[in-house]
Order: sequence, then structure tokens, then C-alpha cells
Amino acid sequence: MTSTNTNLEKVVDNNLKMHSIDLNAWFGVKQALKNVNINIKANAVTAIIGPSGCGKSTFIRCLNRMHELTPNAKMTGQILLDGQDIYDKQVDPVQVRRRVGMVFQKPNPFPTMSIYDNVAAGLRLTGTKKGKNLDNVVRSSLEKATLWDEVKDELKKPGTSISGGQQQRLCIARAIALQPEVILMDEPCSALDPIATAKIERLVVELKRDYTVAIVTHNMQQASRVSDFTAFMYLGSLIEFGPTRDIFESPKNPLTEKYITGEFG
Amino acid sequence: MRGAPQLSFGFLVNSNSAGGIGPAIQGTLILIGLTSLFGIPVGILSGIYLAEFGNNKYATAMRSINDVLTEFPSIIVGITAYGVIVIAIIGHYSAIAGAIALSFILIPIVARTTEESLKLVPNSVREASLALGAHKWRTTLSVVLPTAKAGLLTGTLLAVARIAGETAPLIMTILGNRYFFQGLNQPMAALPLEIWRASLQPQASLQAQGWGAALILILMVLSLNIIVRVATRGRLKR
Repeated sequence: MTSTNTNLEKVVDNNLKMHSIDLNAWFGVKQALKNVNINIKANAVTAIIGPSGCGKSTFIRCLNRMHELTPNAKMTGQILLDGQDIYDKQVDPVQVRRRVGMVFQKPNPFPTMSIYDNVAAGLRLTGTKKGKNLDNVVRSSLEKATLWDEVKDELKKPGTSISGGQQQRLCIARAIALQPEVILMDEPCSALDPIATAKIERLVVELKRDYTVAIVTHNMQQASRVSDFTAFMYLGSLIEFGPTRDIFESPKNPLTEKYITGEFG
Repeated sequence: MRGAPQLSFGFLVNSNSAGGIGPAIQGTLILIGLTSLFGIPVGILSGIYLAEFGNNKYATAMRSINDVLTEFPSIIVGITAYGVIVIAIIGHYSAIAGAIALSFILIPIVARTTEESLKLVPNSVREASLALGAHKWRTTLSVVLPTAKAGLLTGTLLAVARIAGETAPLIMTILGNRYFFQGLNQPMAALPLEIWRASLQPQASLQAQGWGAALILILMVLSLNIIVRVATRGRLKR
């Protein structure tokens, strides 16, 4: 009990948006996360870095309860969103996912839907139709995703007809349209070229004004460019967590230093 | 092609006594309609269950039963329908018994192809929808099914084409009839039966009728194919 209380105080003190407590996760018998405690601050970008297979994607998939959709996946521990445990029995995972949006590694617009319908999909699929307002929501979401000017004349075209970078921004617009509180990004640039990557990175920095962002990346330069806080994970454990500048300029753990200087990973 | 000289408007609409195969064409259309009405919804729903919710032992059992049924000899289906429906339930040959027998051939094929085409939908599409906070059933209905639409239509069509030509179960269930439709609980004519009967006849004129019926059956299946091709192409372009 005492630990929960101190955690709640922290939420108030540090303006924490999300917060994992002793998070463990498994795929079958393989443990993917080991006692991970990470704080995600509101209106900031938190980057999660680490070599492949270190559990960083698993971690953010736990943050919106997508992890449990994988067959044989399980987890223990707590994740608090505004101080409430999202794994509490009374919490509906569907509601959690509406508050915590997600952008995936590979752009995945709905192939049967137009650009317009893709952005509107979240509202339609969740039954939160906004009638005449739909046009405005689509427009403002596309504007926030800095895609409006490029697609405003071809909203009826299939969502898969635009370039990969544009598709990824379309997916971000689709997530924004639901007005989530947190946006999770799972290596959003790994399938994109450098120019498209730069656009997404600029967008990530923009997004933190209105949203809380957690981004998984294997690109350390990207983490240092876009994030305010960085978590370094290795083999399922959190090795070091702190302000991005501290992690990159004066890492406390020798393992972090090795990874950042490119000695392994 | 030996059926081509037979073709005339009268051949298509006249009854057997007037030298036409009207009753057989009507019977086949009714059979296809009825069977589709029973079979397609059940088949598609089973396929959806197997593909999207089929991660349990019931589904595994269902899947293997389904596989067995897919390969089931149609004459056995016919005999079973004869024993259960024709003798025990209704008491005589009937159109409805034929439709039920054909449904048992149709359902496993539709279920199988539905499952296969839903499995072709990338998981990333499902995850995208679930991550937006859509319910599982909503995701299946509004995202996964439309994505697999072309596969569903093709699979269903193939199954319908398959049952349109089935003969063995019909011998045991609808028997055949020289007259136009007389009620769902009465014997009914059908094209495959007409072809089979005609082939056993000694008279050349009746054999020729059989050739004509065969041509009509092929044309029906072919046009069904073309219709669905055109329909799916239009949808995919959008």
C-alpha cells in the first residue's frame, strides 16, 4: 500500500501521465520484460532505446493493453494512467486504447478505405460519430499530422495510394482523430527514407504540445533529437532512465555508455 | 457443343412434354437459391469463427470435422439425406431435402475458403483497428471482412458452382420431375438430373436434350463466374 501511495504523490508532483510499476511480461515461457519501472511525463516525449529484442516494443504494447492480444502473452505488475491502474478488473481495454493511441512500425492504413475514411475510421469504429463535425475532425487531424496540404485534393483516393512516409503520417492523423491523451509510437520511422523520417520527427516534437508521446526507436540520433526523456533497455530490463541529455552526455551505467557509443547493439 | 443446335427460346422455357428443359432450369435455380440461403450464412459465419475466434479446442475439432466434410463423397451425403429427411422426416422426395443435402456440401467449402481468405488479411490491419479502441467484433465486421471481400466472393462462388453441378445427392432427394415447380415438399427437376436421365435414354432426340441441358448448366456456372469477376473488380478499383 505504501508504495502505491508514494506513487500517487509522484503523479501529482511530477505531472506524470503514465507509470509502470514492476512490469513483467512473457511470451509463453520466454520473459520479455523484467521489473520495468518507467515514468512517462505529460506533454513530453519519452524515448525507449535498446538493441533488438530488448523488450522495448513489448513495453509500449503493455501501455495500451495490446500486449495481451498476442497468443500466450501474459504480464504482471501495474501500469497507471493518471494514477489509475489500466489493468484493473473494472477497466475495459477498449477504453484504454481510446485514451492511449498507437502508431506502428510499418504504416498500416486500412486498405479498403479512402484517405478520408482512414482518418474518420477511429470515430466510426468506436461509434463516436460526430455528424457534420466529421469533416472538421478529419481536416484538423490531417493538419496536425502535417499531411493536409499534400492530400487535401485527393481525400477520396485509397489510403494505400500515397507514399510510405505519407501513409505513416496518415496513421498518425488516424490516431489523433480520436483525441487520445497519449500517443505510442513503435519505431515509426524504421520503414521510411531519411526525408520522410525528418518530417515525422518534426511532427513528434510538435505533438507533445497537445499529447504525451512515448516513442520506441533503435536510432539513437533520433532519440536524442526528439525526446525529453530516454529509457535504455537491455535484455528485458530497464538499465537507465533519465533526461535525454543526461543519458547521452553522462550515462551513469557503463552498459548505457557502451550502447550509446556504438560498442554493441 | 453438341448441345448448341438444341438451343432455342422454347427449349429453355417449355416443359418436358413440349420438348424443353424449363422445369430443370427452374429447379436448379430454386435449388441454388435455397441452398445459398441456408448454406452461405452458416458457412461464412463458421469461417469467421474459425479465423478470428478459433484459438481454442472447439475450433480445432470443428476445423477437422469441416475438413472431413469437404472431402465427403456426395453420394454419401445424398444417402444420409435420403435416410434422415426423405424417409424419416418428410416421408417422400422433396425439393427441400435436396437443398439441405446440398447445403452440407456447400457449408464446409464456404467455411474453409472464408477462413483462408480472412487469414490472408495482415494482422497489422487488425491491430490498427484494435489500437483505435474498436471492439473485436467491430474490427472483424468493418475492417477484416471488407479487406477479404474479393476472396470471400470468389470462394462462395466456387462453392455455388460446385453444388450447381452435383447429381448424386439429388437422385436421392429431389428425384426429378417432368413438371414445373410444385412446392418445396414435392419432387423437383434439376439440370444435372436431366442430363443424367437423358444420357440413359435410347432415343437420339432425348439424348440431344441432355446435351442441350449440359450446355445450359455450363453457361450458367460460367456466367455466375463472370458476374462475380466484374463485381469484385469494380469494388477494388474504387
